[in-house]
Amino acid sequence: MALAVNDLKVWYRTLRGDVKALDGVTFEVADGEIMGIAGESGCGKTTLGKALIRLDTRMQHVGGTVVLDETELPLSDDGAMRRHRYREVSLIPQYAMSAMNPTRKIGRMIRDLLAAHNVRYTDVLPELERRLELVGLDAEVLKRYPIELSGGMKQRVVLVLSTLLNPSLLIGDEVTSALDVSSQKAVARALVEFRDHGFVKSMIVITHDISVLFQVADTILVMYAGHLAEKAPAKTIINQPLHPYTKMLIGALPKVGDRYEEQQLEGIEGRPPSLLEPPAGCRFRDRCPLAHDKCAEAPPFKEVAEGHHVACWAVS
Amino acid sequence: MRGYLARKTLVYGLTFVVAVTLNWLIPRLMPGDPVQRMVARAAVQHPETIASMTEYYERTFGLDLPLWQQYLNYWAALFRGDLGTSVWLFPAPVSQVVLDAVPYTLGIMIPAILLSFVVGNSVGAMAARSRWLDNVALPVGYLITAMPYMWLAILLAWGFGVALGWFPVAGGYDFGLVPQWSWSFALDLLQHWVLPFLSLFLVSLGGWAIGMRNLIIYELESDYANYLAALGAPKRLIRQYAFRNAQLPQITGLALQLGTILGGALVTEIVFAYPGLGKLVLSAIQNQDFFLLQGTLLFVVIGVLVANFVIDIVYVLVDPRTRTGLTGGTA
Repeated sequence: MALAVNDLKVWYRTLRGDVKALDGVTFEVADGEIMGIAGESGCGKTTLGKALIRLDTRMQHVGGTVVLDETELPLSDDGAMRRHRYREVSLIPQYAMSAMNPTRKIGRMIRDLLAAHNVRYTDVLPELERRLELVGLDAEVLKRYPIELSGGMKQRVVLVLSTLLNPSLLIGDEVTSALDVSSQKAVARALVEFRDHGFVKSMIVITHDISVLFQVADTILVMYAGHLAEKAPAKTIINQPLHPYTKMLIGALPKVGDRYEEQQLEGIEGRPPSLLEPPAGCRFRDRCPLAHDKCAEAPPFKEVAEGHHVACWAVS
Repeated sequence: MRGYLARKTLVYGLTFVVAVTLNWLIPRLMPGDPVQRMVARAAVQHPETIASMTEYYERTFGLDLPLWQQYLNYWAALFRGDLGTSVWLFPAPVSQVVLDAVPYTLGIMIPAILLSFVVGNSVGAMAARSRWLDNVALPVGYLITAMPYMWLAILLAWGFGVALGWFPVAGGYDFGLVPQWSWSFALDLLQHWVLPFLSLFLVSLGGWAIGMRNLIIYELESDYANYLAALGAPKRLIRQYAFRNAQLPQITGLALQLGTILGGALVTEIVFAYPGLGKLVLSAIQNQDFFLLQGTLLFVVIGVLVANFVIDIVYVLVDPRTRTGLTGGTA
């Protein structure tokens, strides 16, 4: 087991009070697993991704633990966390297009970053060039400035750069969101390839685009309003979802063969609750067709079948 | 790069022509007749003598010709390095008078510009990382940068010159000394240099520090800084990148500021009776000396154009993005 997250709580401090963006999540990611995180915006996906590598100044680690390869990560201690970053946990950010310093040649920037981790650039250069080739880039990009590359090229450079020191865990936040479909496919394929080559042990892929997860992920974790709703193998989530929220989320995807002149594509009524003062009990209650009295109490995230966890009273 | 240089040279060339034309035109539109003034200075009463003196001076200065011919003559003389004869310091050639004053102006301006830029940027960058320094540097920076040049100059002259008596308050060197190559003269020159330099330096300093502080804070919030931090890069590396990138807008700012700083230098010189171009401009206006005024302003214009040109080139060297724009990109 590469990653074990136990009852993790990360809140945002605001003037109006704490926003409980991540309110007690517990899950595991196995060695070699690519886990997708899905959910609508504001559900806590990005907060979870950030919490595992670098809390920003407004985020506060309120409780819970994160254990990676038998070592607990010191989430709230930025200085101590620095030793784990890049070598053990790495990140492909949401903003890969602007992730590189515009005034440094890419090779020079990588050299500076490696030097900060006491790694000699010349030692890793052959491997770096090999991996660039693997994602279809010429080693010549190292002599270029970021502005000279296309968006898809930058995304791939960031992928190679982020995984250069073979981290145990890679967090990909909206990796494919800014790309056109053909680049999306190339990047999705590259992610799986990197796992297969052992460049990265496990991966967490965060996206709002479930169809991308279906191509990439082994398992999918569905989040709702700072809580976990369901986790199961990707096929199960798509074909036999149990949680009503997952069902509605999948139901809101267009399908090949359906004719939408005849039937309307369904969305989910209502909006997620405010996380400033979230309601007690199941947070999906107000939008849920199956809601009943029991839902006033928070449902446990229970394993209902092998590798299939659900947090819903109606199911378990 | 060559195309870029050619384009820039053309633009600066055109600016130069317009500047020279205005420079020639403006004194001629000023009220007052310098020839009359010179004649009056001779204090002769005889009308015939006055007439012949007027005629002599007008011919000497080329003022008897039609305007368009005066204009062409001006250009022709300019290329010979001949800026005419000073009316005020007759018969000294203007070029000589101006060249004598230029070292004084450059001597306070160049160190003031460069040092305030370097020191201001460093202070600003440090302020961005230390709350304590920020709380001191920001108000002080706003205070000194908002001061008019001559006001600060007067304060310094009063404080360090009159009240404390550390530095002389007027002149480029002691009035009792004759300019010569000696240590005592050099020391005296330096003492006279301190206050004019300081007032220019201080006013510019605050602006650079505030600008740099704001830019660094912005850069530290940028995506590349966040990405580097997530990959465990130390703060030192991130700050180094941020500082370098924040300097680019500062360099543009320097180009824009040059004119203002020069104006400030001229005013400062007047306050300290420093024998540079500023004082020359004032004397030329007071004595209605067309030619001296033209010559001085011409040097000022050339100075600003050359400095801007240098900054344009420096900018291309430090920002790769402008460079790719020049070559049409290769992506």
